[in-house]
Amino acid sequence: MAEPLLQVRELRTHFPILSKLLRRPVGNVRAVDGIDLELEAGEVLGIVGESGSGKTTAGKTILRLIEPTEGSIVFEGRDITRLPLREMMPLRRRMQFIFQDPMSSLNPRMTVGRILAAPFEIHRVARRDQLGDRVSELLSMVGLPADAAQRYPHEFSGGQRQRVGIARALALRPRLIVADEPVSALDVSIQAQILNLLKRLKTELGLTYIFISHNLGVVSHICDRVAVMYLGRIVEMAPRETLFFAPKHPYTEALLSAVPSPEPGRARRDATLGGDIPSPANPPSGCAFHPRCPHAMPRCAQETPLPTRIPGGQIVACHLHGP
Amino acid sequence: MTDPHQAATKLDPVARKAPDSSAVPALSVENLRVRFRLPGGAFNAVDGVSFSLHQGETLGLVGESGSGKTVTSLALMRLLECPPAEISSGAVMFDGRDLLWLPERTISELRGLQISMVFQEPMTSLNPLLTVGRQIDEVLIRHLGLSARAARARTRELLGVVGIPGPDQAANAYPHQFSGGMRQRVMIAIAVACHPSVLIADEPTTALDVTIQAQILALLERLQREMGTAILLITHDLSVIAQTAHRVAVMYAGRIVETGPVGALFSAPLHPYTQGLLRSIPRIVRTPEPELPEIPGVVPDLGDFPAGCAFAPRCAFADEACRRDKPELLPAGARREVACWKPRHG
Repeated sequence: MAEPLLQVRELRTHFPILSKLLRRPVGNVRAVDGIDLELEAGEVLGIVGESGSGKTTAGKTILRLIEPTEGSIVFEGRDITRLPLREMMPLRRRMQFIFQDPMSSLNPRMTVGRILAAPFEIHRVARRDQLGDRVSELLSMVGLPADAAQRYPHEFSGGQRQRVGIARALALRPRLIVADEPVSALDVSIQAQILNLLKRLKTELGLTYIFISHNLGVVSHICDRVAVMYLGRIVEMAPRETLFFAPKHPYTEALLSAVPSPEPGRARRDATLGGDIPSPANPPSGCAFHPRCPHAMPRCAQETPLPTRIPGGQIVACHLHGP
Repeated sequence: MTDPHQAATKLDPVARKAPDSSAVPALSVENLRVRFRLPGGAFNAVDGVSFSLHQGETLGLVGESGSGKTVTSLALMRLLECPPAEISSGAVMFDGRDLLWLPERTISELRGLQISMVFQEPMTSLNPLLTVGRQIDEVLIRHLGLSARAARARTRELLGVVGIPGPDQAANAYPHQFSGGMRQRVMIAIAVACHPSVLIADEPTTALDVTIQAQILALLERLQREMGTAILLITHDLSVIAQTAHRVAVMYAGRIVETGPVGALFSAPLHPYTQGLLRSIPRIVRTPEPELPEIPGVVPDLGDFPAGCAFAPRCAFADEACRRDKPELLPAGARREVACWKPRHG
């Protein structure tokens, strides 16, 4: 079997909580608390979860935009977990990030042309006289007119700005793209355009995506596999169809039943999940989901369930399905 | 000071119910136009919007950014800053009176008492310096004339009604001590404190996670059942409308382009825009299509609405007539209306 493009083992990202007066650490927020995943080249892995589940931190840590606390990240067969910045730089070309809000991630004082030329200049991969061509190539790839290069980000609509964000991520021909809520800030009619664009580019350029979103409908349209996160851990990971139509973890079930259906009168919200997501600074003991879980047993408050592969191919961290 | 017992009967949902709920709408908006005068020029954000809302009914007002849905709701509550805004025509009939012509004092008496609002971001509408209890007490004291003690008792009751655990402690807590979902419950408690006959909820669940959204929508539904409130639910999310509203009005570029009962409108949309919107929702299905149907082009900028039908530049069926003349919102079958020269059928 071919070597996976990305292997993540026992990844943890903890942020210190500092005391107000002396700035001494008094605890930590376990934003990502031990996740394992593998990604084949050409695959789209969705990471879903509610706010505070750690999905964005996980995505950023995998690209080392945030430093991991523990664990390992192996990209193209090379352990990059502790790679110094100088050696990380050439690898950055091959792994890129797309942000939710392109307005805050595009420099408002640079023309789109300069924004898109920047990656080539920073990585010194194109001659100055080639930059114009490269930029127009990128613009046409994401469906923007060539004269977009002379304009500034604020002159574009949200959807067009996200196209600029995508073009910038594609500039250096990456293999892996982590897209964090790339369509969440967009209007419904524009969302479909951007999703289709991301799908098309994936096929044309042979890309691999980690697609982070809280919107399960969106995820179901673009992902091959889906990981569900709750309080820093992956509670279930399965191929798309299995996850959506035969979920095993009670949290996945609750999440799916909470999604309002666009068919009127269908699927009333009977199985409403009570309570809020607990704070990742002070997660519940045992299985972090047990205080909200309709199937919680005494064991769930004491023992943390380990991710287990069950018949059917999915990985579930739940005592109902564990050893 | 009012006797608390008397106030309690005043709050009784049955006593507040209108004798006849069928004929007269709880709220009706007629030909509302809102213009903004800005240094760059004047433009219509709301361009002749009419709808009615009945007791016990939820009307979903759906639209994308810039469609004018929020401006509509702020205008009818008289919460728009004028200038730059200017209500250039229209009427908002409530309880036999036109809200647009009421003196400021009367309208602010009405707000919170008979018509109230829930906004998207509760953190910005709650006072961070006052306890949650104080903020609910205030409404009860001001509008219903309760004594401080009676108000607090009712506040605790209300916090319980909206599903906040430990109402006694909660009343003494500050907004930042609550999660987003709990803050929205507090906002709802404030909004329903005086049993308003109309509740305007502007993107009430947009900032919330899906599991919390489901809780809040269920809460609004329950309160409506118990109190017969008419709800105007403003959202960009068609799925929220599908699960919560009885009727829906779709807005595009400052106008209503289609209205109808939720079931009929969702299963057979008449306006190509409604049709496009519904088709472009990514649904959870076993085998998704390789491409989602998209609506080409971009949402028009405020102040740059095309002449003729505003949707024409993005519409696959548009012709010269569509680009030249604005279609009026006209009846189209049972309880339905559409503003389109070439409505779709099936």
